[in-house]
Amino acid sequence: MHSLIKTLFVEKFNNPPLSKLTDSAVLKIDDRLLAFTTDTYVVKPLFFPGGDIGKLAVSGTVNDLSVMGAEPICISCGLVIEEGLDYRILERIIDSMERTAESAKVKVVTGDTKVVEKGKGDGLFINTSGIGIIRKSISMDDIKPGDKIIINGPVGEHGIAVLLARGELGLESEVKSDCAPLNGLISEVLKVTDNIKFMRDPTRGGLGTVLNEIVEGKGFGIMLEEDRIPLSNPVKGACELLGLDPLYIANEGKVVIVATPEDVQKILEVMRHHPLGKDAEIIGEIVSEPKGKVGMKTKSKGTRIVDMLVGEQLPRIC
Amino acid sequence: MKYIDEFRDGRLCESLAREIFRIAGKEEITLMEVCGTHTMAIARYGIRNLLPPNIRLLSGPGCPVCVTPNSDIDRAISYSKKENTIIATFGDMMKVPGSSSSLSKEKSLGRDVRVVYSTTDAVRLAIQNPTKRVIFLGVGFETTAPTVAASIRDAKERGLRNYYVLSAHKLIPPALKALLDDKEVKIDGFILPGHVSTITGTEVYEFIPKDYGVGCVVAGFEPLDILQTILMLIKQIRNRDPKVENQYTRSVKKEGNLKAKMLIEEVFQPCDAEWRGLGNIPKSGLGMREEYADFDAERKISVEVEETKEHPGCICGEVLRGRNIPLDCSLFGKGCTPENPVGPCMVSSEGTCAAYYRYRMQNGG
Repeated sequence: MHSLIKTLFVEKFNNPPLSKLTDSAVLKIDDRLLAFTTDTYVVKPLFFPGGDIGKLAVSGTVNDLSVMGAEPICISCGLVIEEGLDYRILERIIDSMERTAESAKVKVVTGDTKVVEKGKGDGLFINTSGIGIIRKSISMDDIKPGDKIIINGPVGEHGIAVLLARGELGLESEVKSDCAPLNGLISEVLKVTDNIKFMRDPTRGGLGTVLNEIVEGKGFGIMLEEDRIPLSNPVKGACELLGLDPLYIANEGKVVIVATPEDVQKILEVMRHHPLGKDAEIIGEIVSEPKGKVGMKTKSKGTRIVDMLVGEQLPRIC
Repeated sequence: MKYIDEFRDGRLCESLAREIFRIAGKEEITLMEVCGTHTMAIARYGIRNLLPPNIRLLSGPGCPVCVTPNSDIDRAISYSKKENTIIATFGDMMKVPGSSSSLSKEKSLGRDVRVVYSTTDAVRLAIQNPTKRVIFLGVGFETTAPTVAASIRDAKERGLRNYYVLSAHKLIPPALKALLDDKEVKIDGFILPGHVSTITGTEVYEFIPKDYGVGCVVAGFEPLDILQTILMLIKQIRNRDPKVENQYTRSVKKEGNLKAKMLIEEVFQPCDAEWRGLGNIPKSGLGMREEYADFDAERKISVEVEETKEHPGCICGEVLRGRNIPLDCSLFGKGCTPENPVGPCMVSSEGTCAAYYRYRMQNGG
């Protein structure tokens, strides 16, 4: 996917905001800095513990704006509906979108609807695009050894909740998706510090992927501490049973922040006072070696590399 | 969590590592594991970093996907091209390159290839698609074979006429014998597979100290399990007392799992089998008994299979028998990566090359 984006889309569309490949494009329009993003949601099943495709669609786009230091203002909602989808299901999803938008203080200001033949649509696909006003620019150019890495809570919840909700694995658990709009939490953090060097929500590909994206090709690396990474027991148990690595499982209500060491305590305090950040932790730091790589001190006192995920994780055979 | 955090305790790991350092001596000791999950666990927990430099951990033919030869993969691919046929397979097999294609490629060309998580799903596919043949690719060692046997018995009881298994199942003890007979690789001790042994029990390994004077220990999968196993093996070597020991007592019993063994015995019988890297090993595979012949894809479904070709430059075979490590391969990380694998050891989630690549091991350890 990565190479498809680089060699086809970036190459053909060819413009500076796009080629940065950030979560939102940053645009300067008449002296104003705006963030603009889009995302399409194809999650199956449509409803899962902790959320649904509608809540996901609003949260995801709000989060892609927020991590750029933008205040989300409004979103669009494009629907591709499979013929025969029960109206009550659609209504539930739209209700959920409305509730999520309200809690994130954004409005759905425009939309589009298409219907495709039965068998061609998997129920429902949603695209949301969003616009925000950049309140604080975040620049990755300033990251240096000594900077700390924070996450607002336990990893792997969304991916595991959705995987188990598909019902293919015969496994049940109390794991709920963490999907939630993070703009409230992030704006509290931005009030107490100007020294945020990086923010991203570790969605598809998980924490491991986002951390690799920070260091790829750079003159610094990351060293994580495995026992500082928040992980709930049910997610841990499901991952162990299935042979999955929680570092690569999707999150939809988490933000990874890189900040100067002087500001981390303030940031942690503010996060821990917010409902979406009560389990916030410092999970590692930027280091000068290994360059371009993410290392991890394991619980068992060994060290290993946390590489970029290739392909999909598959449950174990034996 | 009673079995995860406790068995990953950093202080206990350090204290075991210290004890290993104390008794390891100076001369090179080579310990081989023959289980893909061990390969990955050793890499993932950075076990090699905790050991003295004279202890070498070698990976053997422990990944069932990796030891499946090209001829079996080509056969599965040929089956997928037949009309009204659904191939049901574990996900790992999808991207494994055969002589000229892979199941993943065939799927993208429109063949009906489906990933299943268990054999129950495969049987369900057969029930839901009565006009189609469902062929399940039976890959795996003694751990997986009982569930496949159960699915065949289930299919028979239901009177299903469209469920088949292509059995590429293999048995570990004959492979261990083949490795010990190989004069080119010196093995001082075996880290024995935890899940295979849960099924087989530990008596099947008695021939290793008895006929070869080599010690072996059945190991669990957490860092403490592996470190304790290594300590037990070094003690055996230092005391010149090779024997079969069981470290994984919370899962493995001497007699194994009798019910699972009976299931295997009922449906399958040992047959000669081709292993990637190890060649043909007598009585090392599982073929279907006559009473279950109706479910045997190889007997019942005729197909033309292309001539087997190996990829030049791929040394998966040598890696699987411990003669080389992935870093020795000219293709490793260049022409052969997890994204574009040349051989199965790179594509399988339990493959040795994938472990080296993913956890970026710098030396052979």
